[in-house]
This record gives sequence, C-alpha cells and structure tokens, in this order.
Amino acid sequence: METINKRKNLNSACALAVLFLVVILMDQLIRPTDSMAMLLTVIRKGSIYALVAVSMNLLNGFTGLFSLGQAGFMLLGAYTYAIFTIPLDERVFVYKYYDYLISVSFPEVLGNLLGGFGLLLGVILALILAGLVAAGVAFLIGLPVLRLKSDYLAIATLGFAEIIRAIFIWGKLGPLTNGSNPLKSYVRLNAFQLHIGDTTINFSTLVPLAFAAFCIWIIVLLVNSSYGRAFKAIREDEIAAEAMGINLYKHKQLSFVISSFFAGVGGAMLAMFASTVQANNFKSTMTYEILLIVILGGIGSISGSCIGSFLFIAASEWWLRGLDSGTFLGIDAPGVFRNGFRLVVFSLIIMSVVLFFRRGIMGDKEIPEVMARIWGRLRTRMRGRAGKGGEAADG
Amino acid sequence: MLQIEGLRVNYGGIEAVKGISLEVPEGEIVTLIGANGAGKSTILRTVAGLVKPAGGSIRFQGEEIAGLTPDRIVSRGITLVPEGRRVFPDLTVLENLKIGAYLRKDKPYKDLEWVYELFPRLDERSWQTAGTLSGGEQQMLALGRALMSRPKLMMMDEPSLGLAPIIVKGIFDIIREINRQGVTILLIEQNANMALHTASTAYVLETGRLTIKGAGKDLLNDEAVRKAYLG
Repeated sequence: METINKRKNLNSACALAVLFLVVILMDQLIRPTDSMAMLLTVIRKGSIYALVAVSMNLLNGFTGLFSLGQAGFMLLGAYTYAIFTIPLDERVFVYKYYDYLISVSFPEVLGNLLGGFGLLLGVILALILAGLVAAGVAFLIGLPVLRLKSDYLAIATLGFAEIIRAIFIWGKLGPLTNGSNPLKSYVRLNAFQLHIGDTTINFSTLVPLAFAAFCIWIIVLLVNSSYGRAFKAIREDEIAAEAMGINLYKHKQLSFVISSFFAGVGGAMLAMFASTVQANNFKSTMTYEILLIVILGGIGSISGSCIGSFLFIAASEWWLRGLDSGTFLGIDAPGVFRNGFRLVVFSLIIMSVVLFFRRGIMGDKEIPEVMARIWGRLRTRMRGRAGKGGEAADG
Repeated sequence: MLQIEGLRVNYGGIEAVKGISLEVPEGEIVTLIGANGAGKSTILRTVAGLVKPAGGSIRFQGEEIAGLTPDRIVSRGITLVPEGRRVFPDLTVLENLKIGAYLRKDKPYKDLEWVYELFPRLDERSWQTAGTLSGGEQQMLALGRALMSRPKLMMMDEPSLGLAPIIVKGIFDIIREINRQGVTILLIEQNANMALHTASTAYVLETGRLTIKGAGKDLLNDEAVRKAYLG
C-alpha cells in the first residue's frame, strides 16, 4: 500500500511540475493581443474559482452542511488582502474621502527589506491574514448558525453574507473599507515579474495556479485524514456519527472555519486577479456560480470541482464570447441573435450536463479512480480483440 | 459495572422512562425486553448520551456519567450499536471501521485484525461501500464498528431487526463470542426468545417501568412473560 501511494504521489508531483513549466512558458510566449490570451485568463480565474469551489465542496460535499455564505467570506478575504497591500504613497489617492486607518503594507515593508522575494512573502502573508479574518468571522457566525440544518442553514449563511456586504459599504467604516468606493492600486498579478538584465520573466499565471494548487493539496490531505472521515460520517448519518463519539458541533465548526479560511484566500486571489475590490461585486450571484461549479463537477469530488471550474470559466469567459461579440463558429452571432444570447446557450449547456451526468461530471469519484476504471475497461477490450484475432489466425 | 438508579427521561413532552433502576454486572449479557414504545431504546440512548435524562443517576464503574456528551461517554468505554444498523452507506467497510476507532489515539491495526477475525466476510469486502452490503453484513459491520472503540460495555439496539432467522442465529453466536472475550453486553430485543436464551439476566419493561427481573432461563418459563412476549 505504502509504495503504491508513494508512486502515486510522485506521479502527481511530476504532472504538476510539468504543468507549472508549461504555464510559465505560455506566460512568456502569449502576448496580450494574441487570440490565445484568453487562455491565460481562464487559467488564472479558473484556478481561483477551483480553490473556492473546493473549499465550498469541503463544507457542502464532504460535511453535508448546505451553506451559501461563500461570497461573504471571499469579500472579507479580498478586502483584508487589498487593505494590507496598498502601497503607503497610494493610500491618499485610494481613500479620497476618508482618513485611512491602517498604514502598513506587507509587500512594501518586506520588499524594502528583502527585495523581490520580500514582495512575494508579503503577498503570502496578506493572503494568510485574509484567510484568518474570514475564518475568524466564520467562527463567530458558526456559533449560532451551525445549530441549524439543511435549508435553514443555507438561508442563515446567505443572510450573513449579505450582512457582511452591507457592513462593508457602511460609511462609518470608511477609514477601513473606503465605504462604497473601490479599493485599488494594491499588489496585483502583474506585479509578479522577474527582471534579469533586459529580459523579463512573467509569473502572473503561475502564481494563482501554484497558490491554488497548494491550498487544494492541503484540503485533499485534510479530507483523507481521520478528520475528513469524521466529516463524511457526519454527512452520512449524524446520529450514528454521534454514537461513534464524534462531537458533531465541534467538527461542523471545524469544517466551516477551514472552508471559510480557504474561501477568504480565494477571495484575496480574486482581488489580485481583478483591478479593484468593491463590496458590490461579491453578491449572492457569486455564491450561486460557485455552487453551480460544485454541482456540475460533482458533489464530494475535489477533482470534479477543479474540472468544473475550468470548464465553467472557459465557457463563460472564452468559448461563448463570440455569441455576444465577434463571430461564433463562423456565424455572425451578435447580428443574428439578440444581445445576451450567450447566457441562454450557457444555461442550455448546464441543463444538458445535469441531465446526462446526474451526479455531476465526476460523481463523487476522483481522477485516479476514474482513470483506473477506464484503463481497466480498455485493457479487457483489447484483450478480447487480441483473443479473437488469435482465433481467426488459427482458422 | 453499570448502575442505573431512578432514571427518568422525557421525550417529546411525555415521560418515556418513569424511574427505572437496573444493573449490568461486569462480564455478563443483560437483556431488556418489552413491547414497542416501552422505553427500551430511550434507556440505551440516554446511557449513550444522545438524550439527556430528566432525573436519576447512571454510574459506570463507579463514576457518574448521566448528562455527559456522547464523545465523553464513548471514550469511557461505552458504545452503542444503534437501531437499524446505521452504517455510513457511501463509505467503504474499512472507512466505517476506522470511524469506530475515531476517539482512540493509538493505531487500531490490532483491533482491525480482531474484527476481521470475528467477521471474515468484512475482510473480503473491505473496499466495498457499506451501502452495497446485505442486511446481515451491515449488522456485522455495525457490530465491528462498535468494537473498534475497544468498549468495555457494548449496548445493542435490536441487532436482529429485519434479518432472516438463520442470520439472527449467527449474529447471536457472535455476540456470545464477543462476550466471552471480555466485553459486557446490554441488549435490547423484540425477539424475546433469542434474547432470553442468550442473556444471563433479563428485565421486562412495560411503558416506562420495569416489571419483572430474573435470569434469562427462568423468564423463558415464566407464565406472564410467555403469554406476553413468546406467544
């Protein structure tokens, strides 16, 4: 068992390393004006959404808690990240109508100390802080809310997410959150560049992919640990889990806090991806998008959530764009159909996916299991054909 | 080992258990029999901590445990095999067994071997999801899962529920075997015949009150018990 697991780990590490190299290469070769530039956007946004979807899956898929607070925790993460990474000189221009309260920027402080590496360290520090703020708020919300079940929990968490959004645009908190005005000028993805002489190496796509991959790896470890088993036991049968000595409330709270931590980190990364942070971007629609990804990918499947998010982002941002502007499959779509036709096609695709894959693309399986099954089926078919071929030759 | 005194439990506005006292001596099999709604399950659920008692005391090895949370009670060495088996259907047999050992700090490999020895069928199916097992196999899994916590006292809520007579016999053989290996057992049964043959002490429960107490074999010959429960 041990050696098989080691080999599996080695294989996935190699695959990931190759993927990272390809992404670094693409980052250098594809210019922003190329038609393939959208691919980079899809990888960036897709990996961020993958992280958030996996964090939601931890709660909804593995622990069986139907929570709809994801956007709220992402908002907390995004704001925390932005507030702690805006350079001090820029703060006056960002907080036009308020006296800014916090005057520390992690990447700036560490960047002055350690150079380029300090910038990265500062960003990581801000990301962790973003997660911690989201997790802390989740802990407080969880105290009353986690005593509820199913639909009621969903309503309560949705409500809290909206309350968080309302609080953040409250004028009295302006010195901290800039009220209803956007936060900008913080460290974005385009900051991750390495200058060696005249050449510039761009890491803007690798950074979100690598961060997301690292966080998802931690969640995978958690799900496969004894805590993960306890979460699944709670999902399957609360009473039996309780009778086995699993403290329901403690484990639900743990799952909720960890899920929110990674939602916060994901929100912060979404801020890095976008150019501004504004509370009104984190509406419940965002939670529904993520829920959609989780369901399309398969509830209880981490690889499903990842695949789902890349497909979702690719379809909504890239493949179907032609329906609203330009051409789609050679047809002058915007001329023929009304504007917004993209969303109709998109809904049709989602409906057919749900019809044909009732439990999502991956069900509750992970990639290695599915690959092994396909490989096994192929092998038996090949063997069958070889057997038949042998008989024919004999005859 | 387990002493219950004057236990009262309210359940949804009615008093389901009305001040009962009973004792489970170490190393024995004790059974509670009674009709539906007599309060048998409620007693077990209260001992396991799933329901809070309204009054009375529950002492386990001299220590008061009434009102403790279920995880505290499990870690003191009491496990409940819940009614209707309640295995985790989408988890594998192995995962189910590992959850049984959740509160233990040490690695449970030895007990896994022990459980597989008692139930070789579970070893064969360790990678199957529990939902695909037959009823009898699920009951074996529920028993094995409870044993994984290394209980001193194992409480079973109707282990024969919905199983064919031949399987029921097998389950009771295993219950006796588990008892022989040093686990004290408190058993609830509708199948009074089987339970009275197995148990050293038996209590008859009627609408929240204990009415008869005696050795299992004696109750088999008791006229009132025969009329009411053995037919």
